Amino acid sequence: MDREREQTAQSFGEEVVKVVRFRVQRFRPEEGKAYVQEFQVPVYRGMTVLDGLHYVRDNLDSTLAYRFSCRMGVCGSCGMFINGFPRLACQTQILELGSDTVDVRPMPNYPVVKDLVPDLGPLFEKHRTVRPYVIRDPRELEQPTGEFLQKPEELEEFLQFTYCIKCGLCLTACPTVATDPQYLGPQALAQAYRYCKDTRDAGMDERLKVAAGTEGPWRCHLAGACSEACPKGVDPALGIQLLKRLALLRRWRLKKPHRPAPLAGERTGVSRRPGIPEPPPPTVESEGSASS
Amino acid sequence: MREATLWTLHLAAGIVILVLLAVHMGIMHLEDILAAMGTGYPDPLSWTSVVVRSKKLLFTVAYVLLLGTALYHGLYGLRNILLELNPGRVAARVIQWLVLALGISLFVLGTVAAIVAYVR
Repeated sequence: MDREREQTAQSFGEEVVKVVRFRVQRFRPEEGKAYVQEFQVPVYRGMTVLDGLHYVRDNLDSTLAYRFSCRMGVCGSCGMFINGFPRLACQTQILELGSDTVDVRPMPNYPVVKDLVPDLGPLFEKHRTVRPYVIRDPRELEQPTGEFLQKPEELEEFLQFTYCIKCGLCLTACPTVATDPQYLGPQALAQAYRYCKDTRDAGMDERLKVAAGTEGPWRCHLAGACSEACPKGVDPALGIQLLKRLALLRRWRLKKPHRPAPLAGERTGVSRRPGIPEPPPPTVESEGSASS
Repeated sequence: MREATLWTLHLAAGIVILVLLAVHMGIMHLEDILAAMGTGYPDPLSWTSVVVRSKKLLFTVAYVLLLGTALYHGLYGLRNILLELNPGRVAARVIQWLVLALGISLFVLGTVAAIVAYVR
């Protein structure tokens, strides 16, 4: 290992444990064909695959393209196919892979833009299709007069599905998406269930028309690979099955749509505790103030 | 919600098949026990037993029901497999009509055979 590499590793205040071979799939759109390039990367304790890619880019090949942002498993940008499994590069410890070779490829089931950068367009298109937002009277949404009331137990019914960070790993893992690109996929379907169960929402039937259509939950083969790959524990496979049950119950009128949550009224009988600052003014102007 | 209807029928057909196959297995393989209870037929695989059963209305109805549910259950699965090949809009419609036509043809053929056996 050369001196420069040692210095790089030591700059993190850690001893280099071993040198790992990174096998990175490269793809340049102008050339139109993919190939694998190998790099030797010194590894210290706590080093992630994303750190390894940074090392490659900073020291060995500055043309390597990959996506990342938060580096802490929140933004969902650095989804990759690492040693044959879809993972977030920032959450994957190299030493925990237990191998002297780290195989890094772009996420399958997506078009590749360059090297490790996938085009997540299909993910967001499908997500948009199921109308992943609260559907209510547009006047109230655009000119809000108060917050929608929701009990904690109502929130818990769909809370786990709100943790989706749209990293797209579930679509990478899904065998049905691999063979049927039209299938809405675990991410969109789990989000459809999440919004159908949201008591603030009044658009269950409208959403189910799309989400429970031909390319909906009926296509799921229950492989469970999406839930295994999900880095946030969302369990989209469960969401799909719950959506399926919801669609069946609605089809046979065995379940009524929930009443949309009421608006909170003016607070009475309570006063602000001393020392707590006033909230900032609303960012959306009310009809009265807009016209004045 | 058309898919929800088809899926419900798929589940219902599966349950009916489960019940009818359980009855079938009982009649075919538990003949000694059923005979001891006074309800079975001795030697259920013999030609005579087959003819005797086909002359009973309950069996004829069960045959037709099993045929219909098994055809629906199986062909619904076949339709899904073919549609997952992503054949395109027009081809998908053609596939669905072909599967439906195949199912109806086989159902009519089997039902006529069961009714003829019952009547003759």
